[in-house]
Amino acid sequence: MTAFDRKLPSPDRPLFQVQGLSKYYGSRIGCADVSFDLYPGEVLGIVGESGSGKSTLLSCLAGHMAPDTGRVIFDTAEGPRDTVTMGEAERRRLARTDWAYVHQNPRDGLRMGVSAGGNVGERLMAVGARHYGNIRDKANDWLGRVEIAADRIDDRPRAFSGGMQQRLQIARNLVTGPRLVFMDEPTGGLDVSVQARLLDLLRGLVREMGLSAIIVTHDLAVVRLLADRLMVMKGGHVVEQGLTDQVLDDPQHAYTQLLVSSVLQV
Amino acid sequence: MTAQDYNFAYLDEQTKRMIRRAILKGVAVPGYQVPFASREMPMPYGWGTGGVQVTAACLTPDDTLKVIDQGADDTTNAVSIRKFFQRTAAVAVTEATAEATIIQTRHRIPEAALTEGQILVYQVPIPEPLRFLEPRETETRKMHELEEYGLMHVKLYEDIARHGHIATAYAYPVKVEGRYVMDPSPIPRFDNPKLSDCPAIQLFGAGREQRIYALPPYTRVVSLDFEDHPFEASKAPHDCDLCGASDSYLDEVITDDEGGRMFVCSDTDFCRGRVAAGHIGRLGAPDLAQEAAE
Ligand SMILES: [Zn+2]
Repeated sequence: MTAFDRKLPSPDRPLFQVQGLSKYYGSRIGCADVSFDLYPGEVLGIVGESGSGKSTLLSCLAGHMAPDTGRVIFDTAEGPRDTVTMGEAERRRLARTDWAYVHQNPRDGLRMGVSAGGNVGERLMAVGARHYGNIRDKANDWLGRVEIAADRIDDRPRAFSGGMQQRLQIARNLVTGPRLVFMDEPTGGLDVSVQARLLDLLRGLVREMGLSAIIVTHDLAVVRLLADRLMVMKGGHVVEQGLTDQVLDDPQHAYTQLLVSSVLQV
Repeated sequence: MTAQDYNFAYLDEQTKRMIRRAILKGVAVPGYQVPFASREMPMPYGWGTGGVQVTAACLTPDDTLKVIDQGADDTTNAVSIRKFFQRTAAVAVTEATAEATIIQTRHRIPEAALTEGQILVYQVPIPEPLRFLEPRETETRKMHELEEYGLMHVKLYEDIARHGHIATAYAYPVKVEGRYVMDPSPIPRFDNPKLSDCPAIQLFGAGREQRIYALPPYTRVVSLDFEDHPFEASKAPHDCDLCGASDSYLDEVITDDEGGRMFVCSDTDFCRGRVAAGHIGRLGAPDLAQEAAE
């Protein structure tokens, strides 16, 4: 089963290249010697249990944490650049333009004291939008795309359900049309029925926008639905990677087999 | 106590030197908040201890000091600061804006145009314009460093979303020389245009927050806004009832318990000067005005 059919651009070079990335906490391994390429329009799932190194890896990829070794190369407007060695100003600019980051807990990714419209508009204003009417129109449009009623635009996210907060966080991230989205357990902490709706929404947006994304999760159902390719991590190492369906339907590594069988038992 | 019990202007020379260094750095980097080691002053925070320390560091025996609070020279706060410097520095004091070499102010910029050689010292309660949306100090510092000011417009966006227009009436954020976003202290936004291209040196002191920032003479200061909601320096749509001024910032004064009210210039020196020159407002007493003019 494929997640869905999507026309990938025929790119001559990867959007994102990770080479020999390692991060240690003292003598303890965070993640070790991770390498992969991500092509435009591709969605990569990173799965593993807690402590597998997947969260450390995502933090290093998104520039929230500096790796000890390795390169994280992004195909910027000026060509491929190592985001590990670029200046902080440039990396932060990337984080609010070409990149987006969806936190597991919407409280970490939203401004709880700012209205839904203001939350969505912030990235627009951060890149120089100065026309209130246009910002509001765009916020309205995006609230609609994540199925939040237009009359909630001036409400603060505190008044929203967990699922709505997460959808608002997604709108806030996607409004500027980022080229690469990092997601950390985007459906974690939500009820099963709410999860399903969010997954459908994400799948629609990924397809519609041709998003490139890296999704970290412990939930194989999430990657089954969203990811083109899969990386399985254990103890800081990548133990298996490949096309999602191949990995899930015919796991080669004993640990992956265990993961897949345990999800089947659920 | 007598003047001899204090060093000139209360602070010791070491401390004044430290504050002057912060001021010079502030003047060199307009709009940038310079940390300084704020000293205990013989008055509580909230009474302008930041402004008092800046004034103390700038005063020389030849200076003439004016102190205003909300435009008035005669409020408790203004009187006590003026007395403090008379006692500790024995400097001349005045209520006339044009005669002053240093003016310490809370919440207003004088109506009379300032001139080269004058220093305007603002008392600042909260120097960080980004604070209300981003409480983390490390993060706001980083935002200033990297010119990440989108958040300021989020505040103005919220204003318009809630009120239909930019309702921020005081401490209206500005951008200095196209670089730093700055809180002009809680002056009414009516005063914002006077911040820009001003011949006087403008110094801002926040005591509790231990920050000093500055605008050197003729600095370009722009109030933030949206293309479709441009900045407006608004004021009450009245003329001064005493002096008839149509272009000054007005206070509304309740005159009796039957709803009677009048609008008068908040800058008392400015108003008095106009009355003395023969201008008369709706409720101005012509005989008094004539007397004052003679
Ligand atoms: Zn008047």
